[in-house]
Amino acid sequence: MQVTLTRQLVRDSERRAHLDARYDRIFRGVLKFCALLVLAALLGAALSTLWGGREVLFGQGLHFLTSDAWNPVKDDYGALSPIFGTLVTSLIAIVLAVPVSFGVAMFLTEIAPTWMRGPVSSAIELLAGIPSIIYGMWGLFVFVPFMSGIEPALSATLGRIPLIGKLFQGPPLGLGLLTAGIVLAVMILPFITSVMREVFQTVPTRLKESAYALSSTRWEVLWDIVLPYTRSAVIGGIILGLGRALGETMAVTFVLGNSYNITSSLLMPGTSISSSIANEFNEAVGVHRSALIALGFLLFVVTFIVLLIARLMLHQLARREGK
Amino acid sequence: MSAQGLYTRRRITNAIAMTFGTAATVLGLFFLVWILWLTLINGISALHGSLFTKITAYGPQGGLANAIVGSLMMDLIALLICTPIGVMAGTWLAEYARLTRLGTVIRFLNDILLSAPSIVLGLFVYMIIVLPMSNMTHGAVSFSGFAGGVALALIGLPVIVRTTDEMLQLVPSTLREAALALGVPQWKLTMQILLRAASSGIVTGVLLALARLAGETAPLLFTAFGNNFMTAHPLDKMASVPVAIYQYTNDPDPTLHAIAWAGALVITLFVLALSLLTRLFFSRKKVSYG
Repeated sequence: MQVTLTRQLVRDSERRAHLDARYDRIFRGVLKFCALLVLAALLGAALSTLWGGREVLFGQGLHFLTSDAWNPVKDDYGALSPIFGTLVTSLIAIVLAVPVSFGVAMFLTEIAPTWMRGPVSSAIELLAGIPSIIYGMWGLFVFVPFMSGIEPALSATLGRIPLIGKLFQGPPLGLGLLTAGIVLAVMILPFITSVMREVFQTVPTRLKESAYALSSTRWEVLWDIVLPYTRSAVIGGIILGLGRALGETMAVTFVLGNSYNITSSLLMPGTSISSSIANEFNEAVGVHRSALIALGFLLFVVTFIVLLIARLMLHQLARREGK
Repeated sequence: MSAQGLYTRRRITNAIAMTFGTAATVLGLFFLVWILWLTLINGISALHGSLFTKITAYGPQGGLANAIVGSLMMDLIALLICTPIGVMAGTWLAEYARLTRLGTVIRFLNDILLSAPSIVLGLFVYMIIVLPMSNMTHGAVSFSGFAGGVALALIGLPVIVRTTDEMLQLVPSTLREAALALGVPQWKLTMQILLRAASSGIVTGVLLALARLAGETAPLLFTAFGNNFMTAHPLDKMASVPVAIYQYTNDPDPTLHAIAWAGALVITLFVLALSLLTRLFFSRKKVSYG
């Protein structure tokens, strides 16, 4: 009696262990499949746009990359103007947003009284929460008229400086590369700021206190201690902002002016990869549509590389921290 | 240079830097207030009851009722897709692949997906759902609310993966060890103990994802397209608030601009309220972990 009961118990527990092991395998497999979907999404986005743009990418090859023509009537497409617009607006955004972000991060970590830091940094992060279409609307209805008001003054002052003067000469349309760049700068400001603020906070207090003990000023602590310590992550944060700016659509579409040209003046209207796609895709057929998808492929590849570099640089600091 | 001169110069440099930092913050806050204030002013003056009861087919006399329904519908579809997948993927990263090479690579790529250009994700869904569906049904079904929902799910997915991963890593390992010592199998441990312990953090992730995808326009342009009539059928072309704002802003008619502002106010309030709610959840979670 005793023996059979024990045998029964042993058999039961063996069967349960067996079942549990099988459930564990299935469970693990399902979870892994879901994780691999993340990989599939990125790969799929790249491959599907490559496939959709094959007609232009492989059919025209280098011509597509080097030509500035964009003629749906003759089906002649070149990516140079949209690429130019994307790069120029993103560069303007970075040039404007980086110093301001640095200033805000400095304020939030070194200058502001402690009670002020939480609310102010929440407020700056709120900027990141505003949908990009709102930036676009605000840009078109409010910021464009504002810019067309101050552009004559820009032309009269900055426009007179030799060499860079050319950048600021042109009709005061309000629309254009400079306006789009500024709107983008406001959009990416919170992203760069939050990375900078976070990495500034990782600097060991004893390093900063040592510097203060040697009678450094706050600026010297920031510039000579905090910044060198966090350099790679700060650059990573800046490149992350660049990645955002390159791919942004809605904030720039309204204010760029949607015209295919490459000019030396930042006050002239232009176009960007994302705004070309947004503006034309639903009316495009055949080769035109293929050209737009090919543009999407280019954008994806470029932002992927940029974001990869950014993440690698951010990773470096995390590793040094032993995370 | 005399010691006194050096001292003065350092103090002046410092003062300039501190002034610059403060000015930069004021500038950032100024833009925030500028944008929010204008959205509020223009939105409130155009906010009528008809915004929620009339559809966009009436144009200047209409509202955004169909766009609001469409947005809610697609947000729901997106959450239904990206929440289970995201939570499971995040769980795999935290529980099975914390230090493995594949886990590191996927975590890394997930961060890239987090800031990938949303318009390309729209093109992706166009290629894999809209085109094949259109080919299969000979054009009867092409753009659809379902495709829009999938595109939005791609925006929300990385957010949920990341928060789930991070929240599970915060769960103390003593909890795992205690359960394993009692002979609890891993799947039960994960489902009944770990996910429950991290549940408020995971809800935070879902809310964050919703706040992000609710305001997206670009991925919807070539997936859900837009529709001037009311529909909740996932295979119809579907309107959404952001796309309606986009179309109305492009229109020269100022009456439509007013409706667009009202829509902008609605969506901004929705998104910002969500982020506030998230903060609330998050701070409570921190307290409960001590």
